[in-house]
Amino acid sequence: MNLHEYQAKELFTRYGIAVPAGLVASTAEEAGHAAERLGGPVWVVKAQVHAGGRGKAGGVKVCRSVADVRNATQALLGKRLVTKQTGAEGLPIHQVYVESGSQISRELYVSLLLNRDRGRLAFIASAAGGMDIEEVAEKTPEQILRIEVHPAVGLSGYQCRQLAFGLGLAGPQVGAFDKILRGMYRLYIDHDATLIEVNPLIVTADGAVMALDAKINIDDNALFRQQPLAALRDASQEDAMERKAAEHDLNYVSLDGDIACMVNGAGLAMATMDLIKLHGGAPANFLDVGGGATPERVTAAFTLILSNPRVRAILVNIFGGIVRCDIIAEGIIAAVKAVGVTVPVVVRLEGTNADVARKQLAASGLAITAASDLTDAATKAVRLAAGR
Amino acid sequence: MSILLTKKSRVICQGFTGKQGTFHSEQCLAYGTQLVGGVTPGRGGEKHLGLPVFDTARAAVAATGADVSMIYVPASGAADAILEAADAGIKLIVCITEGIPVNDMIRVREALKGSDARLVGPNCPGVITPGEAKVGIMPGFIHKPGKIGIVSRSGTLTYEAVFQTTRLGLGQSTCVGIGGDPVRGMNFVDVLGLFESDPKTQGIIMVGEIGGSDEEAAAEFIHGHVSKPVVAYIAGVTAPAGKRMGHAGAVIAGGKGTAADKYAALEHARVATVRSPAELGTAMATALKAARGRRLGARPVANAPPPARAAGRTAAKPAAKPRAARAPAKAARRPVRRGKRR
Repeated sequence: MNLHEYQAKELFTRYGIAVPAGLVASTAEEAGHAAERLGGPVWVVKAQVHAGGRGKAGGVKVCRSVADVRNATQALLGKRLVTKQTGAEGLPIHQVYVESGSQISRELYVSLLLNRDRGRLAFIASAAGGMDIEEVAEKTPEQILRIEVHPAVGLSGYQCRQLAFGLGLAGPQVGAFDKILRGMYRLYIDHDATLIEVNPLIVTADGAVMALDAKINIDDNALFRQQPLAALRDASQEDAMERKAAEHDLNYVSLDGDIACMVNGAGLAMATMDLIKLHGGAPANFLDVGGGATPERVTAAFTLILSNPRVRAILVNIFGGIVRCDIIAEGIIAAVKAVGVTVPVVVRLEGTNADVARKQLAASGLAITAASDLTDAATKAVRLAAGR
Repeated sequence: MSILLTKKSRVICQGFTGKQGTFHSEQCLAYGTQLVGGVTPGRGGEKHLGLPVFDTARAAVAATGADVSMIYVPASGAADAILEAADAGIKLIVCITEGIPVNDMIRVREALKGSDARLVGPNCPGVITPGEAKVGIMPGFIHKPGKIGIVSRSGTLTYEAVFQTTRLGLGQSTCVGIGGDPVRGMNFVDVLGLFESDPKTQGIIMVGEIGGSDEEAAAEFIHGHVSKPVVAYIAGVTAPAGKRMGHAGAVIAGGKGTAADKYAALEHARVATVRSPAELGTAMATALKAARGRRLGARPVANAPPPARAAGRTAAKPAAKPRAARAPAKAARRPVRRGKRR
């Protein structure tokens, strides 16, 4: 789950991480009042969307009067912001963050995230702030500094100093930076983050170190113990289909193709997409109905994938292990009848009672094509989607 | 022989009396697993499925001599259950639970470094040695005792590989589902090392997926330490970047963890790869035949020590021993790196 910048900065403040003064606004009028309360002479109006690259996409405006702030807000609200991270449809702007302008003398980068290979948290820092960090890592890896935190020992002073001096900080900035890293680490642990990224972390003209941007991702698996954060979820920033799927406890990811898939198990669901591509088609989605694959879930899944107008064929791929294939086949037949499926459905069932299940599907009188194996299923689905 | 699990393994179930624990304990018993009891705090002294229930893992181990535990405890308490099992002296901990917070697993992984317990999972189907015992949620009947070791990050794709090798008459020595989470116990490298040392295992099927770089590490390990034929499939060629594909660990982040990178690493290590999971079985059969042909001109190859990147416990170090040599022409095409190891 992602947080908005303004939500992340609220948490930063609570954890002693310095940020420029700012206020969130949902209307131009509110933005104007916010600017007045903050005081001038310069403000920055930032679109609140769950994506990076806002500056280049026109989602960040520097304003020199309260009227400017109102106009900039008016221009952003209700629009969709398309950045290089959002895809062509972009994300809706429902709020802006009005922030006091900062006099920037240096832009740095710092983030805290899991190093999967080591199974430990790691700080990544760079003197090349304000840029795409992946690009920095690719082109100038020597500009990337890393430290790793032992989970029992926690973050040590020497590690903070190592990064601070590595970034060329000096004097009181070293202590200020130490405070920021410690705040990030405590925040990460306390709130089950999976990423905290500050890009850029700035040194102001008068030598202060503060977070100009703030990105926090929270571990979905930990939301059961992060209730106040769970309430901050902004569904408008999520894919509508994926949101609907989540309500039915289905794992769904939208893709661009025209062959919908319904599969049990995440690995097999990915493999099914790959098979469609391998045989010349394009998958419309990733969908894992889970181990159970009960009639209710299968019905919900059919309804969901059919709400995508691009879908021209459906491939159902179920490996019935503990759950018997004949029971799953009954569920598919019931769902196809109930939902009124209008596109060809190819079904591959394997495992317990697969033979019985295939006979049931054939006898159902519905436009269901039974497939004998994975390859057969993929080729049939690709052919039917192409109208052949 | 087999790895990790045999018919002699004495198994307890943590989360024994819950819905999942009950259902899968029954299935494991039916398969022939020596399930000797279970743990549900507060229910100690009761009987469940005709077996004793204990309040703590320590009490269960003391009374039953169990050396394996399978865990169905809900995500909020599963990390704690893993630590409890390790503390009780359990040697193989199989955690089926899905949805454990990553930060919990970071602590667990670190804590297990000092113990001799091996952790499989979490978020995995478990371990099965066909014909002997199963500890987990996989359908037992699709398996057949045999010679292929299977290691996979995905449950249902493991079943596909099992199903195909059973149909072809190859069968399986042991199947290990290492799980779909980003921080887990045993990894590809650990399991590959065990398969390499297991005399019953003649070939290995490895099923990876997008996210992280464990398949790349496995490729490097195979390159230096595995003489048996390996066939690999990677799921997620079509997965978009930045999206989590069902498994918590299946995500391409910052351009890293793509299926293309993993395939490239495996192919660089001369692992036979397949682009379709439907071909895992036949590719394995072909690789086995080719390996038998190559065994004619054996020559010794010294194994370098395995890289120190184990989780929970280091990989079994394959002893330096003569390995089946591949055809000289093929060996000559190998990267220089490999030449140095000889």
